[in-house]
Amino acid sequence: MILQQIFNGLALGMAYALIAVGYSLVFGILRLVNFSHGSVYAFGAHMVILFVGYNFGLAPAILLGVVLTGLLGILIDKMALSPLRKKKSPGISSLITTIGISYIIQNLLMMAFGSEKKTFPELFPNKMITIASAQVSSMQIIMFIASVILLLILTALVKFTKIGLAMRSVEQNEMISSLMGINTNFIIAFTFFLGGASAAIASILISGYYQIVYPTMGFVVGLKAFAAAVLGGIGIFHGSIVGGLVIGVAEAIAASLFGSAYRDSIAFIILILVLVIRPTGLFGKKGIEKV
Amino acid sequence: MEHITDKFNVEALVYKYRYPLGAGFLLLLLALPYLGLSQYVMRIIIMIGIYTMLALGLNILTGYTGLVSLGHSGFFAIGAYVTAILMLKLQFNFITSVLAAILITGICGFLLGLPTLRLTGTYLSIVTLGFAEIVKMIIMNWEPVTNGTLGLRNIPRPTFLGFSLTLANNGMYYLMLLLLLIITAFCITIQKSKLGRALHAIKENELAASMMGIYTARYKILAFILSAVITGLAGGYYATLVSYIDHNSFTFDVSVLILSIVILGGMGTIRGMYFGAVILIVFPEIARPLMEWRFVVYGLVLIFMMRFRPQGILGWRSALPFQIPAEKEAGQKRSGKHGISRG
Repeated sequence: MILQQIFNGLALGMAYALIAVGYSLVFGILRLVNFSHGSVYAFGAHMVILFVGYNFGLAPAILLGVVLTGLLGILIDKMALSPLRKKKSPGISSLITTIGISYIIQNLLMMAFGSEKKTFPELFPNKMITIASAQVSSMQIIMFIASVILLLILTALVKFTKIGLAMRSVEQNEMISSLMGINTNFIIAFTFFLGGASAAIASILISGYYQIVYPTMGFVVGLKAFAAAVLGGIGIFHGSIVGGLVIGVAEAIAASLFGSAYRDSIAFIILILVLVIRPTGLFGKKGIEKV
Repeated sequence: MEHITDKFNVEALVYKYRYPLGAGFLLLLLALPYLGLSQYVMRIIIMIGIYTMLALGLNILTGYTGLVSLGHSGFFAIGAYVTAILMLKLQFNFITSVLAAILITGICGFLLGLPTLRLTGTYLSIVTLGFAEIVKMIIMNWEPVTNGTLGLRNIPRPTFLGFSLTLANNGMYYLMLLLLLIITAFCITIQKSKLGRALHAIKENELAASMMGIYTARYKILAFILSAVITGLAGGYYATLVSYIDHNSFTFDVSVLILSIVILGGMGTIRGMYFGAVILIVFPEIARPLMEWRFVVYGLVLIFMMRFRPQGILGWRSALPFQIPAEKEAGQKRSGKHGISRG
């Protein structure tokens, strides 16, 4: 029974980790918690059902959805956040701006697609596999593997490529990076693209698992992913992954112990406990809380 | 410089006649029910009053102290539910119930304020957001007390000395006005007191404030408590006004609306809260065809205000000479003050 819940939790947790990485990427560079990330996540899934509705076929629809969501990330940065950076506005301004953005995206989705729950196409034929007395669906396994692969790609991108080097440099000091010939605006836009795209992939995986899509779906999931990012230490890659897994497993176990009504609150409780006891997170460095 | 001088004159004029103007405004508010307005308009005016109270509450945190709370729907819900439960299940009268609600929201504000010792900025905002979600979760699942998702029905109207206050006899309007005046007076007192100056110092620069000997942690928790108390009071009034509450009355949208009012009107000002509440509550009523768009407009309000006028529509830096509280005459010098005023 517990083993079953752990499997359920691991699959979801990996997808949370993928969203959490989006928070971490943006936070690392801008020291900003991107509140609009949850609605970007919802946007991704809606784009896919839109293109599937136009008979694009599943794979092109997913590709288009991911790219468009990444572009939405860039748009958010260029339209709303970059002017604030130029003005050197205080952090609270950027925070409120991202709340506004998330509100706009969520409500535009609601107007365009209606607020009711829509079915998401099945990504793969679902089969149940039994592993040591626990039932695991093929979708869960694919969700887990796809997330692991994507996280590995992202890690490799940040650690071993030239653009990754530039990203890490901007993370450490934006001004000096630009003096070294790095196009910091491009790097920031690229980071937003990566964050948006990874959120879209996560939303496709999670929607494929639950097969339900609705405009406000990003709100709670976004907060859970944020909790995961904070738990691992925001801005730290492997921290996000551990955080995502812990949150995923914790909520699966909580749902089986106390009933599904408490499934969503466990992430908040973990979040608040982490912030009160150890705001830097499990792997966080000191001084990171200076937003 | 031209327009700055202009505005200075207007502001000076308003300041000079602040007592007659304030009295006129108050008279207008008192006479409002006798101007032959329909029930519908009166109801909107009462909603404006409630949201002004909520905005004044959040203003203490966001405007004075610079802490952005996204969880004020949580305090609002606690205030409303405590009042409703005490009145329905224990037959308490309105005043006792509201006082209990204030006490409990104050305690919740204290508990939520504790993390401010260690958190700043966004982290704090997210904790408050989590708090509001947890409150909602408790309301939905603690069925014996809160009646779960069905909500609480038939919350009685307040009665004073056997006289029941309703919408029809304008009792609810005058109660709203009374509460609003008390809260406004309270906020003015805070602004002019040592507490207000300490909170402002924390907002401007926390490190410098602590260097000046301000116990920043203590003041931040106090700001949380005061803000929660005002919000809880508004919640208690709201419960008796609508007489039916459920978890859907206290969503994240409510928190964002309160925050939008504070930001649109002008953080840290009292006039701005009135102004912001009037605009954002009246707007969806006038623009019925735009009903669907109103939440998008709230979002745009946040973005555009942050980009072009972060101090809010009515939130200019006063061009009046600062009056040193203890020795008022010393502050009357006007020389050199124009230069530092921002437009």
